Formats: sequence, C-alpha cells, structure tokens
Amino acid sequence: MTYTLDGATIPADEEGYLSDLSVWNKELAGLIAKDENIEMNDDHWEVVNFLRDYYEEYQIAPAIRVLTKAVKKSLGDDKGNSKYLYELFPYGPAKQACKIAGLPKPTGCI
Amino acid sequence: MAEEFDDEFDGPVKRFLFVNRKAPYGTVYALESLEVVLISAAFDQDVSLVFMDDGVFQIVKDQNTDGINIKNFSRTYRALEGYDVEKLYVEKESLEARGLSEDDLLVPVEVLDSKALSELMNAQDVVISA
Repeated sequence: MTYTLDGATIPADEEGYLSDLSVWNKELAGLIAKDENIEMNDDHWEVVNFLRDYYEEYQIAPAIRVLTKAVKKSLGDDKGNSKYLYELFPYGPAKQACKIAGLPKPTGCI
Repeated sequence: MAEEFDDEFDGPVKRFLFVNRKAPYGTVYALESLEVVLISAAFDQDVSLVFMDDGVFQIVKDQNTDGINIKNFSRTYRALEGYDVEKLYVEKESLEARGLSEDDLLVPVEVLDSKALSELMNAQDVVISA
C-alpha cells in the first residue's frame, strides 16, 4: 500500500508499515494515525517519540512486553502498563504505535 | 503474535541455547539467530546465548558497516537485557585466539572454557547452532 502526503506517494508494506524509515515526519505520522482511526494527542506522541528513541538506540522495534517495561522505567507506573497503552492504541500498542512512529513491525510479532 | 492484556505466558518453558559461530556480516546467520532469540524471549522461554569461533565478532564494540552498506545491528544485542535475556556466554579459547578480551565486547558476558560450555550445552532442552 501507499500513503499520499502533499502530492507525494510514500510506499509502505501491505500492513501499512513504511518501506523507507527515513521518510518519516510528523505529518506522515498523523496521516498513518488517521488510517488507524487514532487522533494523536500529547499522550500518543509521548509513546511514539519513546519508540523512535528506542529504535534509535537498539535498532529494533520492541515487543509489547518489552515496550511496557521500558515505558514503565522511563515514564513511570501510570504509563508503563498494558491498560494505559491499549487505551491509547486499541489494536495493539507495539504494532500500532510502531506503525505511526515509522518503524518496522515489532520483532516477536508473527 | 497476538497482543493480549495478560502479559504472562502460561505455556511450557524450555531451555534454549543459541550458539553463534559465524561473523556478523557476509551471511544472514547472525542476524537471523538474533531475531529467533528475540522471538523466543518474547514467548518467555529460558534463553541463553553462546558466542564462539568467529561468532565472538558479533558482539565486538564499535562496529562500522558503512563500507559494506549493511545495517549495523550490533546495538540490538544491548536490547537483550530488556527481553530478560541475560545469560550470554563467550568461549574463552575463541576470544583469546582472536586477541580479544571482555573489554572489547559491547554487552556483559560470562567467559567460559570449552569444557564448561560443553556442560552448559548438555543442560539444555534445545540447542540451536547458527
């Protein structure tokens, strides 16, 4: 599939993950989020930015359990739990938030 | 993998040992093995890793892959701790034969001689060599 932003066509795989991670920007993230029926607010951005930092450091998209634990460590107990993350990203925090963050599908998701 | 509210995995837990013997680049073995390690860990299995022969180069610090146009995935080994994969072993003889020491490695490891490694392998349910 592809995304269209400002007249440019941006390629993605059949599930909507960007083919080229380097083309990501905030507008594109908003567009992908819209496709996922998510209206981005500060809480969504916090998780998306967290994932981008994680990827920058470790070169992988974390599995959900690892994401939850890392969020807990960095943003506290209120946010580092499944309930909070699923409320933000109902179809799976790791999968949906990674897609919006322009990252590959998390390793450990088959 | 289905994402569920329940973070706990209730299925059987086996002892997996992944034996990494090849240089990180030039073949897909190292990267593929690392991916299987991450998947095994995501399923809450008891995972250990051994680096021996040229496999010790997989966890050498300061890798630079610019010249071969391949993604440098060495930093991913540092994510293993977050996956609760903390049992990393390096064969002493392999390290010494390559003029390396623990200080040259990017993750904390336990250095074992080949005899101790053999005992470690015998204690596993599954040994996967790559």
